[in-house]
Amino acid sequence: MAYRLALAALLLIVLAGCEREDRRFRPSPSAANILNSVQVSGLHPGGGPLQGGPALPGYYEESAYAVNEGKRLFNQYNCSGCHANGGGGIGPPLMDPAWIYGGEPGNIFATIMQGRPNGMPSFRNRIPEYQAWEIVAYVRSLSGQLPSDVAPARGDDAYFKPAEQAMPKQTPTGITGVPEKKK
Amino acid sequence: MRLARQVGSGLVWICGSAILSDAQGSILRPAGAQAGNVEWLYWTIFWIAFVVYVLVVLAFTRAATRNRVRDKEPVPVLQNPPGERGALIAVHSALAITVITLFVVLGMSVVTGKKVEGLTSKNPITIQVTGHQWWWEVTYPNSQADQTVTTANEIHVPVGKPVVILTSSADVIHSFWPPNIRGKRDLLPGYQNAFWMQVDEPGIFRGQCAEFCGYQHAHMGFAIVAESVDDFSKWLEKQRKPAELPTDEEIGRGQQVFLSHACVMCHTIRGTGAASRMGPDLTHLAGRHMIAAETLPNTRGALAGWIVDPQSTKPGSQMAPNPMSSDDLNALLAFLQSLQ
Repeated sequence: MAYRLALAALLLIVLAGCEREDRRFRPSPSAANILNSVQVSGLHPGGGPLQGGPALPGYYEESAYAVNEGKRLFNQYNCSGCHANGGGGIGPPLMDPAWIYGGEPGNIFATIMQGRPNGMPSFRNRIPEYQAWEIVAYVRSLSGQLPSDVAPARGDDAYFKPAEQAMPKQTPTGITGVPEKKK
Repeated sequence: MRLARQVGSGLVWICGSAILSDAQGSILRPAGAQAGNVEWLYWTIFWIAFVVYVLVVLAFTRAATRNRVRDKEPVPVLQNPPGERGALIAVHSALAITVITLFVVLGMSVVTGKKVEGLTSKNPITIQVTGHQWWWEVTYPNSQADQTVTTANEIHVPVGKPVVILTSSADVIHSFWPPNIRGKRDLLPGYQNAFWMQVDEPGIFRGQCAEFCGYQHAHMGFAIVAESVDDFSKWLEKQRKPAELPTDEEIGRGQQVFLSHACVMCHTIRGTGAASRMGPDLTHLAGRHMIAAETLPNTRGALAGWIVDPQSTKPGSQMAPNPMSSDDLNALLAFLQSLQ
């Protein structure tokens, strides 16, 4: 009896491994106009709490394939040229809690598409929208914002930092996160 | 008798289809001495195996039909039955013939291998082939950097001249296999392989990736274009030049479309601002006969379909879908087709 139970459990485990997730190769264009609803400044008339972030396509942060594509594109489109592998250099680091223009997915998307002062280029029309979302998901994995079964577990090259999966989770500060403490 | 006729016609059909099979991508249609040696070895071993097969079948038939005991009495075991000595000699000689035949076949394999890899030449043309998921980058290096030619999926070689192929891979293991010309060689990331190749017949020969490399492995083909030494030099000279500046308004607009869309993020067109190395070099795209790694003909329609929705032809390919207005697409196609 115990043997049969063990066999049944094993079969169930094997079955669970059959389909991990869907890979989407032909993404439909995102309907929501993210760019208009993203707030990139903490200053606004009347004060009060910040408005919530815009609605986001959930798929990208739940798909290991999409995040890994983001990782490939992060290097391919030379994001790493300024941001290195998340540690920063010419551009700000991406694995720390500080976000100048917001660390919510919609904010990062807007930053990629619109560009930002002091060197961040605008990639509008250059990077297809779905690829920008993949890059957003990967960028968020750099500060431990994604579940560890989605974030990349290893890279093809030797890195001097832990894999994205093992990155310590940061609590984002800045305009859409926790306000920075005054010193 | 009917059975024999069926077996015979079956054999003829198998051999016939092997001989008459499509010249594209068949080891039985050699276009060079290397594949010729392999073909010779193939047929020699085939006929040896054929004779052995017939002899074995005959021996089995004889053993199965001779001295059949029809009643249920057990056959007595004799100590020294008559004919034992003769049978012993027959078995031993059969064993000896088998071993000798296998050694002969081994020897022929070694000699063929030596012949295939034994090409040599002074100052040969060197071609660097790099495998990508799922296309082939082809480079003709030159000590002057601006004379280096980069193209994709089409390897032009002069007829009758040995060339050196250097192979490597940008991502996973691929394998370079032009069946009409020579055997397979793996492309390994981080490691360079070098081998000789010679084509003796002018023509276009299809090659294929022969190591499973992901979703579109089956659509990772290439072409070897063998042409006379003169034609080859002319081709190489033309490839060295950057793309010509657009003369036509429509083509000029197409170039602007190329430079202001996602195309510019992955492709190079020498002579314009597009210089990314992630996708195939498109400087002389219109001169190629196929696109998408030997998957689609290089026609206006196929090119349009490939640009707008590559994922329907090659799902998982790294080429992104590019929805755009028909005006933009027409201009872009005019520009791409002007890249002779």
